[in-house]
Amino acid sequence: MTRSGTIAALVLSLLVSAAAAAPLVSRYAPDALDLANRRAAPSAQHWFGTDDLGRDVFARVLHGARVSLAVGLLAAAVAGGIGVIVGGIAGLVGGAVDATLMRLTDALLAVPRLLLLMIAGAILSPSVSLLIVLVGSVGWMETARVARSECLSLSTREFVAAAHATGARAPRILGRHLLPNAAGPVLVAITLAVARSILLESTLSFFGVGVQPPAASWGSMLYQAQSTVSTEPWLALFPGAFIFATTLSVNVVGDELARPKL
Amino acid sequence: MRSGLASRPALAILRRLATAVPLLLIVSGVVFALIHAAPGGPTAVFLANPGVRPEDIERLQRALGLDQPVWVQYARWLGAYVRGDWGYSLTDNRAVLDRVLERTPATLELAAASIGIAFVATFALATCAALTRGRWPDLVVRAASAAGLAIPAFWFGLVLQLVFAASLGWLPSSGRVTPGDGSVIDRVQHLVLPAMVLATIHAAAWTRYLRASMVAAFDHPFVVAARARGIPERRIVLRYVVRAALLPLVTVVLLDAALLVSGAVVTESVFAWPGLGTLFTEALARRDYAVLMAMVMLASGSIVVMNLVADLVYQWLDPRVTP
Repeated sequence: MTRSGTIAALVLSLLVSAAAAAPLVSRYAPDALDLANRRAAPSAQHWFGTDDLGRDVFARVLHGARVSLAVGLLAAAVAGGIGVIVGGIAGLVGGAVDATLMRLTDALLAVPRLLLLMIAGAILSPSVSLLIVLVGSVGWMETARVARSECLSLSTREFVAAAHATGARAPRILGRHLLPNAAGPVLVAITLAVARSILLESTLSFFGVGVQPPAASWGSMLYQAQSTVSTEPWLALFPGAFIFATTLSVNVVGDELARPKL
Repeated sequence: MRSGLASRPALAILRRLATAVPLLLIVSGVVFALIHAAPGGPTAVFLANPGVRPEDIERLQRALGLDQPVWVQYARWLGAYVRGDWGYSLTDNRAVLDRVLERTPATLELAAASIGIAFVATFALATCAALTRGRWPDLVVRAASAAGLAIPAFWFGLVLQLVFAASLGWLPSSGRVTPGDGSVIDRVQHLVLPAMVLATIHAAAWTRYLRASMVAAFDHPFVVAARARGIPERRIVLRYVVRAALLPLVTVVLLDAALLVSGAVVTESVFAWPGLGTLFTEALARRDYAVLMAMVMLASGSIVVMNLVADLVYQWLDPRVTP
């Protein structure tokens, strides 16, 4: 493992555990008002400062991490699931099915996803679970491509031919021989989907069409902070820095997983 | 095939169109259905206005054809759209096509500036990284490119505004021109920050790509042969490696150029840049459905066209590729 991979994995595990244990890590509740300390700059008392209602930004960032990470991970799981199914079927069945599915995959990659999701978000005012489905359903194409090409190259190997010869059916070959061996590259594709999903969710929330109040993600914190960025910059700087650090770490870990093992 | 080479581009165009037309139909259908499924539909913005009477809304809905079934409305919209009638903006009653055309120059200006900067930066950074593989300049370039790929555009924009506009006061924080000032210097000063944001994001992806294909090009037989002939390394890189690696980059750049119509939504919005991106966000806030439909079609259409251009350019540049 490279040094950058180790650091990224450390950052991520720290982040996930801090988000999971948010009430223990922070002295304040995320929605506790401290009207005497409104718009306070970062200090020993409030590490990341406070917002216009005197709420502790550090506590809000930690609780926002739960929403941002959950949306990123679950949306990537949705995308990975659809991608593996579509890519697996295309690679295994081949022929016209493969051609049709891959034509569909290519076509969907040419859709302006951000614009569509912004319109959907503005009209539907999505709950967090609907947002996960929306973000996941536009992010499966990359995984489908990887899953397909892995299935294609694996299905020419001897052990698959042997399984065919012993009379194994397609679902068994897919589940028992192809997918476990394709797991590595597919996992890399899903990891990169996590980073993309976190970025997409935060962008939607930044425009006010993603995570809806009272729930708050890093992106929706930035949405509320953008009008006061010159007077209370800490409201925008900290949530954004967390998005940046998270997507960077996830990408680095993905690259690390993709490195050929010796 | 009888006509041989001459028919290849035509075939490629036909094949692309065969998928592009159904795709555009589906995308427009989905967006149309979404807009009409919303409570209040396209007139939602008027329902919230206490000054508008119910009978006015009814009249408006009849005038817009909203009392018809959704599929009839869609067919009407589509028929008008392909004839070049993109409808009228609900915000100011002006033709959507006029509003789109009026915003296009600003987006093209931003796109040209950011692609230009990104291309030059990519070329310099990737060459530097490929020449120093494994040593510190390479590591710095790779780290910077990883950072550029992960940074959220809206946050990066806010940080640049904070540093260069609010704190240092070197550059204006938003807009395209200072009212009352139209000088070139003023325009360039407004362009710098938004162009930097878009250029950084593109250069990060392109540098990673170009560096990888340059490193791969080092293993080509013609590079090995050049080395064996004793040609200096610097010359090998500039003469052979860069040339072999630039080819695939051209397609990536063209494809990303298509995304700038929709990709600029974030950057334009942060910097209040009066282009197509802000036209979209304004239309979204006001549920101006004719504008939203036009923007979605424009964004999808430009991706389709640039995909096609990229295919053709690639075939033209690389004689080994056959469609």
